[in-house]
Amino acid sequence: MMTTHLPILPVLAPFLAGALLLALPDLPMPVRRRIATFAVAAQIAIAVALLVATGGGDILVYRLGDWPAPWGIVLVADRLAAWLVLTATLLALCAVIHAGDGTDRRGRHFHVLFQMQLFGIAGAFLTGDLFNLFVFFEILLIASYGLLLHGGGAERTRAGLHYVVLNLIGSTAFLFAAGLIYASLGSLNMADIAARAAQVPPENLGLARTGGLLLLAVFALKAALLPLFLWLPAAYAHTSAPVAALFAIMTKVGAYALLRADTLLFGSTSGALAGLFAPWLLPLALATLAAGMFGALAAESLRRLAAWLVVASVGTLLTGFALGPAGVAAGLYYLPHGTFAAALLFLLAEGIARRRPAGADFFAPERDMPRHALWGGLFFAAAVAAAGLPPLSGFLGKFMLLRAAQGHPAQAWIWGVVLVAALAGVIALARAGSRLFFSTRTVEPAPAAPQSAPVDMLPDELPDPPGAPRELTAILGLLGLILALTAAAGPAADFARATAAQLADPAAYRAAVLGGSR
Amino acid sequence: MELLIALAIGTLTGCGVWLALRAHTFPVVLGLTLLSYAVNLFLFATGRLVVGRPPVIAAGAAYTDPLPQALVLTAIVIGFAMTAFVIMLALRARAELGNDHVDGKNE
Repeated sequence: MMTTHLPILPVLAPFLAGALLLALPDLPMPVRRRIATFAVAAQIAIAVALLVATGGGDILVYRLGDWPAPWGIVLVADRLAAWLVLTATLLALCAVIHAGDGTDRRGRHFHVLFQMQLFGIAGAFLTGDLFNLFVFFEILLIASYGLLLHGGGAERTRAGLHYVVLNLIGSTAFLFAAGLIYASLGSLNMADIAARAAQVPPENLGLARTGGLLLLAVFALKAALLPLFLWLPAAYAHTSAPVAALFAIMTKVGAYALLRADTLLFGSTSGALAGLFAPWLLPLALATLAAGMFGALAAESLRRLAAWLVVASVGTLLTGFALGPAGVAAGLYYLPHGTFAAALLFLLAEGIARRRPAGADFFAPERDMPRHALWGGLFFAAAVAAAGLPPLSGFLGKFMLLRAAQGHPAQAWIWGVVLVAALAGVIALARAGSRLFFSTRTVEPAPAAPQSAPVDMLPDELPDPPGAPRELTAILGLLGLILALTAAAGPAADFARATAAQLADPAAYRAAVLGGSR
Repeated sequence: MELLIALAIGTLTGCGVWLALRAHTFPVVLGLTLLSYAVNLFLFATGRLVVGRPPVIAAGAAYTDPLPQALVLTAIVIGFAMTAFVIMLALRARAELGNDHVDGKNE
């Protein structure tokens, strides 16, 4: 019975937790935090169960209302969906722990929006219906609008307005794309679309191609692929740290949708529509990687730097996705690493900004911060992870990527861009670290001020801000996840390879959803 | 009728895109609204245009495709909520940034 209903549990759990928190507005904040943390922990347990259930290669199909497949909406859990749901929930646990240090008090309904965001993310990963994917995108977007603006402030509103308007245009384009695909292929079930794409009548081919390429544009906007990435740095740099950390998975939702469409809708068995995305993905991904690293080199604050590294990590990921099964495996191994590393940098940026009252996280000289050895060490570890240096998992992911590119016609380009971008990342992070930690200035005692400002108002070391234990727990948790991904590199890479093999065989997905008739 | 619908969708989309590219929040919101009207009409037409047929399957009779109508209904609800949200956000930006420029700067 549990296995039957397993695919819908990752969607239901956050929805019910969010509804519960919304229905009980008078609960004291510590209780709300405990409920939210417990809900995320339960979602991790569900995601692990889903990973175990799909790990053997089974594709679990959940027919809502038990309507047969092409007509009703289906949720489909395969290895890819389970892998991504687990990544998202693990990230969410660290983000929700960090939010408990006071961020969640700076506005109403933080935890409700947080759970609804997880609801939308899990739904987007699991749904097997194109229009339902649109609905889950809208759910995760409207929750993200609330979270992005949480806490308020002029800069946040300005960045939020751009983010909302761009995503509304993206949603409209998604509807146009879904309409075109329904008009030309006559179905919205993704497995059914894949089956019908093989025998699309020639007079509808143009419409179907237009719809498919419009989908590419929409998913590229969500994934922040060049040239549609300009909204990301401002939006991510100006929101609160736990939200920015959670948003590290949001670009991966777009990357997931691109991968799903590329392998299933326009996969190897889709006849005239096969490989519709192929000419676009690799050049755009490499250009995105390069643009992200240029941005990182030019960043003036740690948050901006982290936001640009999110763009670069999307570029790395999609370079992998464009290289066939071996590249997809590399990308899927790199995906959790890139997500956790970006989130880690956002949380660290917040922690550092709180301890440098005048300079915040800008690369400007400032008084030495309290416990600088601890924060410097954490930053060093995070920088090693974000730059993809050995011994952490980012290096392994990039190494798999370079191996996958061996013998590819564009090998020189791929190796060149990936390696030079890695060097640029090291330079950007080294510059950030030396500016933040080494370039300190000593504080002169206040010159005999006429008013009674006692000298001990300016101590050499500032006191540690409140909420530090939660902050450190979240940061160490993310670091632990990266270490675990490094230590378990063998099994994780095997799983990524098995996932890539499953994605390369869209016929199995179609048979699971449509009952083997086609 | 095909021409009329196509012209209506094209005009709405064109005006919507043009308005969405304006530099002030009010025209942008109007543009988004026009775009959502255009896409609703477009979705409606994706089931092909049929006149004088029942919307659901009657025994043996030809029928119009009911699915696009369900899609339009969903799209209208979501579009409505999003429009309400973006209006509130535009008002808040006007209050916090002191003007209604999309980049929040005075000209």
